[in-house]
Amino acid sequence: MTKYRINKTRFVDQTKNVSFTFDGKKYHGFEGDTLASALLSNGIHLVGRSFKYHRPRGIMSCGSEEPNAICQINDNTDLTEPNVRATEIELYEGLKASSQNCWPSRHFDIGGINNLISQFIPAGFYYKTFMWPKSFWKKIYEPLIRLSAGLGKSPTQPDPEIYDHKHEHCDVLVIGGGISGIISAKIAAQNNLKTILIEDKNILGGSTIYQNNKNFIIDNQKSNEWLMNEISELEKLDNLIIKTRTSLAAFHSYNYLLAKENISDHLPLDKKNGNIRQRLWKIRADKVIVAAGAIERPLIFNNNDRPGIILANSVKKYLDFYGVSTGLNNIIFTNNDSAYETAVSLFEKGISVKIVDIRKKSSSNIVKNAEDLGIKIYWHSTVVNTFGYKKIKSIEIMNLSEDGSNVTGNKRKIQCDCLSISGGWTPMVHMHTQSGGKLDFREIDQVFVPSEKSENHINVGSCNGDFELEEIFKNTNNKVKKFLNINESGFDKISVLCSKELEKKNIWLLPNTISEGKTKSFIDFQNDSTAKDIKLALREGFKSIEHVKRYTTTGMATDQGKLSNMHALGIIADTAGVKMGTLGTTTFRPPFTPLTFGAIVGRSVGKFFDVVRKTSIHEWHVQNNAKFENVGQWKRPWYYPINNENLHEAVQRESKTARDSAGILDASTLGKIDIQGSDASEFLNRVYTNAWSKLGIGKCRYGLMLNEDGMVYDDGVTTRLGENHYLMTTTTGGAANVLSKLEDYLQTEWPELDVYLTSVTDHYSTASICGPNSKKILKKLFPNKDFSDEAFPHMSYQDAIIDKIECRIMRISFTGELSYEINIESKYGKSLWENCIKAGEEYKITPYGTETMHLLRAEKGFIIVGQDTDGTMTPIDLQMDWIVSKKKYDFIGKRSLYRSDTIRDDRKQLVGLLTDDPNEILEEGAQIVSELDKKRVEMIGHVTSSYFSPNLNKSIALAVVKGGKKMKGQKLFVPMENKNINVTVSDFIFLDKENKKINA
Amino acid sequence: MFVINCPYCGERDQSEFSCGGEAHIVRPKQPTELSDDEWAEYLFMRKNIKGVQFERWNHTHGCRKWFNMVRDTSNDKIHAVYKMGEKPPVI
Repeated sequence: MTKYRINKTRFVDQTKNVSFTFDGKKYHGFEGDTLASALLSNGIHLVGRSFKYHRPRGIMSCGSEEPNAICQINDNTDLTEPNVRATEIELYEGLKASSQNCWPSRHFDIGGINNLISQFIPAGFYYKTFMWPKSFWKKIYEPLIRLSAGLGKSPTQPDPEIYDHKHEHCDVLVIGGGISGIISAKIAAQNNLKTILIEDKNILGGSTIYQNNKNFIIDNQKSNEWLMNEISELEKLDNLIIKTRTSLAAFHSYNYLLAKENISDHLPLDKKNGNIRQRLWKIRADKVIVAAGAIERPLIFNNNDRPGIILANSVKKYLDFYGVSTGLNNIIFTNNDSAYETAVSLFEKGISVKIVDIRKKSSSNIVKNAEDLGIKIYWHSTVVNTFGYKKIKSIEIMNLSEDGSNVTGNKRKIQCDCLSISGGWTPMVHMHTQSGGKLDFREIDQVFVPSEKSENHINVGSCNGDFELEEIFKNTNNKVKKFLNINESGFDKISVLCSKELEKKNIWLLPNTISEGKTKSFIDFQNDSTAKDIKLALREGFKSIEHVKRYTTTGMATDQGKLSNMHALGIIADTAGVKMGTLGTTTFRPPFTPLTFGAIVGRSVGKFFDVVRKTSIHEWHVQNNAKFENVGQWKRPWYYPINNENLHEAVQRESKTARDSAGILDASTLGKIDIQGSDASEFLNRVYTNAWSKLGIGKCRYGLMLNEDGMVYDDGVTTRLGENHYLMTTTTGGAANVLSKLEDYLQTEWPELDVYLTSVTDHYSTASICGPNSKKILKKLFPNKDFSDEAFPHMSYQDAIIDKIECRIMRISFTGELSYEINIESKYGKSLWENCIKAGEEYKITPYGTETMHLLRAEKGFIIVGQDTDGTMTPIDLQMDWIVSKKKYDFIGKRSLYRSDTIRDDRKQLVGLLTDDPNEILEEGAQIVSELDKKRVEMIGHVTSSYFSPNLNKSIALAVVKGGKKMKGQKLFVPMENKNINVTVSDFIFLDKENKKINA
Repeated sequence: MFVINCPYCGERDQSEFSCGGEAHIVRPKQPTELSDDEWAEYLFMRKNIKGVQFERWNHTHGCRKWFNMVRDTSNDKIHAVYKMGEKPPVI
């Protein structure tokens, strides 16, 4: 055993040695240790440097509130993890940890210079200093700040670990496995309620489990022994799930909670492999009982941050739970009775201890116990300074003045190697407030406690402001019974005895002989903000607690101010002379402790990140070397390179072949909505800008859909399959939204219409064959069909049969070429496609992708909604007046087409652009100006589509330009980074204006 | 994440639903007879109440039905759900 491992406990197995390294040096601890307890057992207090001043810092607590002992775990590029609290990580064989925020080492840190110049870097220093000159920011200030900022190092490789999510429902969820949580869970589970108890430590019992003081008696046993029995009883209950190593991350409304379970973090390296690392539980609970406990407060005095200054109850836990002494010559500095339990424990283990108490006296049993043992107590005194650079060596104390606002008399110096501090307790109200609960301020204990209004959750134990054992026991029992509608419980008749605190006193910022400006009284240890910083913020005019927090960064470190927020509030209240309860608190946001990204995303990584939609023809595209483009969730063929062609070369070839002979496109991804009902025609009249009543059965029509604000929303061809039956197509990306919008109008505005909508996008595959030879190919596929223009004209459809399978042929065109689209049930899509390719072989049919499709339609001046429009274009802006019915009384968006804003003639309007140099291809998105000479020129539009057309042998572009309709022939400029491109406004139909090809 | 009692399906998690904004705004029957200001009132103006608000919701990942809901936006308490066309409850 090491010098500091002075006690054998049942929680640490001293027969099982565990070795680990810290900053490269090998140490030993035991199974059951945390990294912090193992370090302390080796006499190591100094674990890192502080964030701003680089002051040496030591372990300060034993839980998630730890501000100082945050370490880097592991040193490999994929598994390394920064900012891990040494107080929370369980020791395992082979653990590698190192200190953060120091260079070259924690013992000698260059950044320590900041401590010497600290009076020149007060709160807001960065905001004030790095403002000027402006040009310094990017090249000098920012790189310098980045170099010195940050705590640990992020991994640089993807996380190889497995994370999991699980949904769970229960009648009662109990948060926290301390004494009040255990009582609650037992009452619930014994009354046939499905109960879950979660606890973030590896065992249940909270701080009572190591409370073996004779002043705390339950049912005539020491409280720890009574609780030990309760836990073994609890584990036998059937309808209780106990989850240890599980911490609550968030408590959302309607009792929806997230909890993170650590599954393999505590296992030795060889046993971690292949295991799930962490699981995020998504729990919906009927009732929630919060028993989250309380966190001990530090005291705020000069140099209160040295290694060896530790919260008093943590000292007790290290001693009674881990068997480790944090020092051999202890002083306890307190304002309350709870620290006396630590004093008695230390004394009983034979360790020297003295007490400094800011109160004048205390008449409780535990204090009497300490006095009886002969422990020296300095009443009505305060610590005014501490000494020792890397470890505390001594302190100076002084008497307090009568009202506690000042110090009097002489300084007295006392030697020590550990200073245990206790400033009282802060109830963990985070969960309560996260769920939407409010807080009340309780003056006598200077605490915020839950103000309970919810019917679905309660707070019990010390998180509810019950601090004394008897109070916790009785109140928890009564409250839980009432909450769950239970008449009696096994705890009704159990007697509880405990020491009771009668004298209370609190001073948020302890007085000193030297002025505040020269003291370092830390409030937020991790972000290095001091009492001086808070006062400076107030002097500079910050009043709201939320502003002071952000200006001084108090409470904004990874510990989220668990130790610091209350003191910041108290000092603000004292300085401003207001009551603390009126200040309110800062917002407690989830997560309570940091969550890994892995736990948040769970299994949704890699190919599970998002749904991938593939057409039934997808395999053929893959086999034929298609490059794919993501369109929404769809994978669409982009182009089909042959012999190492690049995108441009492939598209030029595909486009030329499609116009000269034949091309084929997989159009299966277009949205398809089946519309039926006796009012189907009327419905289409209302949702499209053009008229539908007179469309004959077997005919197709292009439609444009607007939003109610008059802006183009979607477009597509709709086919009348029967008297009351239509098939609507939508854009690929817009399908789901269009259906949802149509349903909205049907269900809410026009419920009287007899119309039924069904999405059939996935039901049909579509092969679109275009080009002058397409008719010949169709004839080969359907030899019995008459494809003459008379029998099968443009914009019509016919049923057909191929290989005994029914299909629909639409003669419609998005390229301007003679073109047919064949729709067939999806499972036959690939076979149909292969038949088309085979039939087209003699005409050198080329499969083409989205890029060629875009080029071909741009040559014809057909718009793509979402590329040439952006939600601010009306049909009039697009020069599509022809499709807006003048006769129809109403359709969605009609009234908006003549609002004062939509009839302006200087709106951005669709035009064609031709570059003066026909080989110059404009960049899509490039800005357009009408003059170059001025220093500031107005942007009058931008390029929406741009290609090199192999069929016209020149560059063509579509653009939207202010007042563009009247600008035909005008010269404009497209300024690029290193040149200006001269362009001329043209018609936006570049090819076959007479529409001859469609009937070629 | 709250639980919504879909009038067609029963209680489901909020993630299955989407909110469609303020309820009981009726599309004018004769838009062409409205002035720009009157049309703009229908088109753009929506209430954003801290407190009890009448909203349209859609069971997007469920029955796809639209319905109305009375929700207190300050604490997400749902006072009522009712079908389209039904009279709003007095809250």
